Amino acid sequence: MPSDVEVTRRGFLKTGAALATTAFGFDLQPARAAARELKIARTTQTHSICPYCAVGCSVIIHTLGDKAKNVKPAVVHIEGDPASPVNRGTLCPKGISLKQFVVNDQRLTEPLYRAPGATAWKVIPWDEAIDKMARRIKDSRDRGFEPKDARGRTVNRLDNVAIIGGCTDTNEINYLLGKFRFSLGILTYENQARL
Amino acid sequence: MTNGWTDVANTDVVLVMGGNPAENHPVGFRFVMEAKRHRKAKLICVDPRFNRTAAVSDRYVQIRSGTDIAFLGGLLNYALSHDRFHADYVREHTNASFIVKEGFSFADGYFSGWDEDRQRYDKSTWEYERVADGYARIDKTLEHPRCVFQLLKKHYTRYTPEQVASISGCTAEEFEQAAEVICSTGRAGRSGTILYALGWTQHSHSVQLIHTAAMLQLMLGNIGMPGGGVNAQRGHSNIQGATDLGAWNMLPGYLKVPRANWTSLAEYNRANSPKPLRPNSLNYWGNTPKFMVSLLRAYYGENATHRNQFGYDYLPKIAEGATHSWGYLFDEMYAGKKEGLISFGMNPVAGGPNSIKMIEALGKLKWLIVAENFETETAAFWKAKELQEKYYGEVTDPENVQTEVFLLPASCFAEKDGTFVNSSRWLQWKYKAVDAPGNAMDDQEIISRLFLKLRELYEKEGGASPEPLLAMDWSYANPVSPSLTEVAREISGKDVRSGRQVPGFGALKDDGSTLCGNWLYSGSFTEAGNQMERQGQSDPTGLGLYADWAWSWPANRRVLYNRASADADGKPWDETRAPVRWKGNRWVGDVPDYKADAPPEANGAFIMLAEGVAKLFAPDFAEGPFPEHYEPAESPVENLLHPNVGDNPAALKFSSDLDPLGNAEQYPYVAITYRLTEHFHFWTKHVSATSELQSTFFVELPQALADEKGIASGDRVRVTSARGSVEGPALVTKRMRGLQVAGKTIYQVGLPIHWGFLGRVKGPLVNNLTPSVMDPNSGTPEYKGFLVNLEKV
Repeated sequence: MPSDVEVTRRGFLKTGAALATTAFGFDLQPARAAARELKIARTTQTHSICPYCAVGCSVIIHTLGDKAKNVKPAVVHIEGDPASPVNRGTLCPKGISLKQFVVNDQRLTEPLYRAPGATAWKVIPWDEAIDKMARRIKDSRDRGFEPKDARGRTVNRLDNVAIIGGCTDTNEINYLLGKFRFSLGILTYENQARL
Repeated sequence: MTNGWTDVANTDVVLVMGGNPAENHPVGFRFVMEAKRHRKAKLICVDPRFNRTAAVSDRYVQIRSGTDIAFLGGLLNYALSHDRFHADYVREHTNASFIVKEGFSFADGYFSGWDEDRQRYDKSTWEYERVADGYARIDKTLEHPRCVFQLLKKHYTRYTPEQVASISGCTAEEFEQAAEVICSTGRAGRSGTILYALGWTQHSHSVQLIHTAAMLQLMLGNIGMPGGGVNAQRGHSNIQGATDLGAWNMLPGYLKVPRANWTSLAEYNRANSPKPLRPNSLNYWGNTPKFMVSLLRAYYGENATHRNQFGYDYLPKIAEGATHSWGYLFDEMYAGKKEGLISFGMNPVAGGPNSIKMIEALGKLKWLIVAENFETETAAFWKAKELQEKYYGEVTDPENVQTEVFLLPASCFAEKDGTFVNSSRWLQWKYKAVDAPGNAMDDQEIISRLFLKLRELYEKEGGASPEPLLAMDWSYANPVSPSLTEVAREISGKDVRSGRQVPGFGALKDDGSTLCGNWLYSGSFTEAGNQMERQGQSDPTGLGLYADWAWSWPANRRVLYNRASADADGKPWDETRAPVRWKGNRWVGDVPDYKADAPPEANGAFIMLAEGVAKLFAPDFAEGPFPEHYEPAESPVENLLHPNVGDNPAALKFSSDLDPLGNAEQYPYVAITYRLTEHFHFWTKHVSATSELQSTFFVELPQALADEKGIASGDRVRVTSARGSVEGPALVTKRMRGLQVAGKTIYQVGLPIHWGFLGRVKGPLVNNLTPSVMDPNSGTPEYKGFLVNLEKV
């Protein structure tokens, strides 16, 4: 992550504060800026992109604790990045509340499993989940794989398993998902762009 | 977008139609406001609802959902009949001069070639007349009765202001006032842009709708111009990137997934390398073999050799004529023909059409794998009945749902690095800030663990055709969780022998000496480093190109088709807004959409098309080479242009017992779905601030309809379609009025989409109501303009 982001941003805030005046004859800006400095003092700043719509606003994620031993870094604040020509530091109501999306007690933290006919989830360890899922995929593939079609042409395809998704994930993960798909021969591969 | 967000500030006229950027892309909308403020640009908003984009527009026209082609066709007719089109541009840069074969016709709602039995067109009359060498015959005077220009003119004469008004429900005067402003850009020195979103893509005739928009922009000379273009705003952070990287019928970079009849790589290359239709056509897709072989080399590594056609046989082959898009997936799943589904960050029960069918379809799977940040309605589809009995009373009891479900906790955007592509086509790199919570895992690790486990199982036990799986290259430094930087390098491409990154797709070869995961992204990661990380601020042209900020596909080009911003001799149409200029031996400015050192007269301006020019007449689509107004599949009126052909004859429909269509007697009102500023899709109902800001689903209905039904704001109402129902408080509004269509008053009802049976705040899924009727080209469902009834509860 570029370390000069920090300097630029601080400079931006200070300039903004120095230039600001109000109609009341006194200036509220320094007080606001000071409060803001406290909130983000000593944070590590990481450049990121808002995961919601496709305007592609740049954000700065502030984390605390990543330089201390035995402390897991935590997101304390997310704000718009003034360096971006797209959003110049601004964000919409969704973007400005991004911290609550990342730090959220409804986030999934363990793999969950629902057995046939069950009415509740059960926590399952990752290794067991991977083993079971790979077995299910293999069984379906072994049953449904079509190496040749009725006319004897090589088609190497699988039509009883489908993959959907990707629009919320990075290019690189979409690319890996594509490799995964073609390694199995999966025909049906769809994403949110269809909808 | 052909252009991009920052470019919108360069425009003179903004047409917002089929989108609502003030509310749904508010940060992007500031460029519209900049154009208004600094250039005195005019904003025209055409929408079924007086939304907040309309509130700041210079002209607003209310239309009935699903009548956009009528409106845009009217604009084409207006431009032609008032001489408000850019004649030189049209002659030089479009196929207006191309002569169409004898036998092509349009009558009573059908183009020539309709096959009633097969319910599809035989397109053999939708072709150009050819001369020697297979080139198309042209007439640059545009006077030949069968040239595209004359055919187009004839086709749209029917779209008079009065006809537009009676179809769409606006007045002829409102239409003409808007047309006057929009068509004022039809000359050199004026630019107009179009911004659209799902209000255009979610119809059973959506692709033709966008084709009409492209035709209008071509007629007005607005394609390739700063402040011009056809600009899809796009609704997910990486919906552009995911599409660039493939779909059921697409490999990365819009290369086609092979069909069964292309039995060898040579046949594939032959079928997918078009022949130029004019002597000066650069015909860039003629390079397909280089892109394809480089992709195969990236996929199969050392296992891709000359001897095995670089692994071509490993790729699945689609049966001729078969389609595997969304509607078919769920229809076949509902019919019990699918065993498993893997979903990464997608929620079909909430986001797909006809939720009840989705729920019942998922219940027929053997297994379902979902990787997510939160528990979604899709992962928990078996809870629907218990959690919202009133909507799902008829669905299968969970005890009888045999689907095994795995719900995997995945990391979110802040917890991994990598690239999102925004709607400007900018690949912007982001960095990891924190680890994922608890035992949540990065998606790349989930995919890799599954891949490696499957490979291990096939190596150990054998099974059905292990070869495609065993041949796939996964030789990453850390195969269990590949570094996304390493993957980004593979996507951009390298020379196999030297191991050096290629500078761009111009360096790709068809002999196996280069590998490249997506030719469109080639050059995004070069020997100079990761170009997507760049944060340079310079903007030497002052046009908002920001060439040093991130990296734009293709080749870091910011304005697509920018060669068309100048005339045949390379002279810009507008000296103040020239993205590229010919300097005697090369083009400067933006990366030219043209050969960088080819003189202006060397090639046609549209290098990706076999014609070398843009297509007004496009035989590519299912329902005709020219767009025609068809009604939605569920419509309250007959088609005023041709009563015997109402909706799109080629639309995709399904016939399961859960796919009924409603009629206007039972369901008299037109429904549209929409988003709110405070919510993102079905995610932010898990976020407390946004859930507080908009906690409750509501039904927006016009005052006159509310009066008729005795409904006041806040009263609880039930909305039903032929497929399902939703309930919520009424929001009685003046933002929609009764529209006069075909002698009837038509009311529209607005339904925000953001709730479901899970989350901090809950509500009905609006897609309980929507039909699985789809556009035949794109497979996108008709979420806008379906029929409902409404009653006070």
